[in-house]
Amino acid sequence: MIGYFQEIFTGLWSLFVGMSISFKEFFSPVVTVEYPYETVTMAPRFRGHIDLVPDENGATKCVLCMACERACPSGCITIEGEKKEGEKKKTLTLYQLDFTRCSLCGCCVEACNFEAIDFSKEYNLASTRKEDFYFDLLKRLQEKRQ
Amino acid sequence: MNFSLTLFNVVVAVIIIVAFVAMNAAYLVWAERRGAGRIQRRPGPNINGPFGLFQPPLDGLKLMAKQLLVPGGADKVLFAAAPVLAMFPAITSFVTIPFSDTLVAHNINVGLLCVFAFAALGSMSILFAGWSSHNKYAMMAAVRAISQSVAYEIPMLITVITVVMISGSLDLREIVRQQSGNIFHWNIFPLLGNSHNLLMPFSFLIFFICSLAETNRAPFDLSEEESVLVAGYHIEYGSMGFGLFFMGEYANIVVGTSLATLLFLGGWACPFGLFPGVWWFLIKVYALIATIIWIRWTFPRSTIYSLLNLSWKILIPLSLVNLLLTAGLLKVF
Repeated sequence: MIGYFQEIFTGLWSLFVGMSISFKEFFSPVVTVEYPYETVTMAPRFRGHIDLVPDENGATKCVLCMACERACPSGCITIEGEKKEGEKKKTLTLYQLDFTRCSLCGCCVEACNFEAIDFSKEYNLASTRKEDFYFDLLKRLQEKRQ
Repeated sequence: MNFSLTLFNVVVAVIIIVAFVAMNAAYLVWAERRGAGRIQRRPGPNINGPFGLFQPPLDGLKLMAKQLLVPGGADKVLFAAAPVLAMFPAITSFVTIPFSDTLVAHNINVGLLCVFAFAALGSMSILFAGWSSHNKYAMMAAVRAISQSVAYEIPMLITVITVVMISGSLDLREIVRQQSGNIFHWNIFPLLGNSHNLLMPFSFLIFFICSLAETNRAPFDLSEEESVLVAGYHIEYGSMGFGLFFMGEYANIVVGTSLATLLFLGGWACPFGLFPGVWWFLIKVYALIATIIWIRWTFPRSTIYSLLNLSWKILIPLSLVNLLLTAGLLKVF
């Protein structure tokens, strides 16, 4: 009989404890972000798709060593370059990333000895067309320059 | 002349009551969603209009734009009648509920009985909806709603009898008149009033729990348990059929809290004994509604077994003991 009343009182007490917790939460500040109107700044170690890093002049640091292309386990990266007249080194003409196959492992970024590629902070990448995920990174770099 | 005046009064009363119930039902949805948001540390609906206040009419428009489908094999008459019956008891209950000493559509001397008679119809709408939908989930929900309604009507009515014994009246206006004065005259803290029954806070607690269960509110919303019954009794309803069920739930909450205010919290009496009036009634009703919303977003849904155990093993014995002790105390003092 005592157990019966004890159960009722402990049960009732636990309800009031729960109510006090949600009461405190009611007056605490909101923690969510209203996404399309506000965005959060991405964490420094966030891995988006890779992007070419510009040097001081806004040009690419890539020297066409092909280390990233070889390092990529999925074969996402296609690099083309040509040797222009009067220049010692090759210049980059195409740096294409096939993001449909990329798993963001980061092997390419690790393999690069010239810090020419890094993870971008892009995450708004929804699309209904497959072609939208073949990124021309050199074009992106040139657009960023303007 | 006299007849036309009566007719005018009836029309005005009906319009005011329907508008009051419908506006409450619509804007309590908004209040519920905002409250839920705040408790879960998010803003809630705030895009449409200032503080998201245009959300309920826009939701209504969206629901009205939907097609009303009647499932195959359904009982068409009952299927159509159920949503109407969900709103009907709440609206008719307000005919006898007094808002203040003078503001009442039609005061009858058995007003309390009348409200309970109409409130019992509420579970009929769930039964009709579940039965006529030709759907196993809806059927299960209807069975649950009826067993829940049977289980919780008993302790609720027994507790109400304690109030009736103290007041000696079923007239809601008379019950409130006897509680007029400051907070210690009210039935919940009866230190100065016509009774000195210190069991009344327990009566109020039992009444409040039962009114949560009777209006199918969380944590007792077993008949619309989405994890088990998909959507419960209104699974086959779309469009405004669903809208009426949704509004009916909130309208019933307003009836339940109004009754709790009238029976236990002194109706339109001010806690300090100053300026009694309809505003105090509304303040108390909305405070109780806020508590109900607060409870919903604090506790998880109980199970059907613990729900029935709570009624048959705890609330009914306690309310019977409460009734006996109240009768004894009335005899002694």
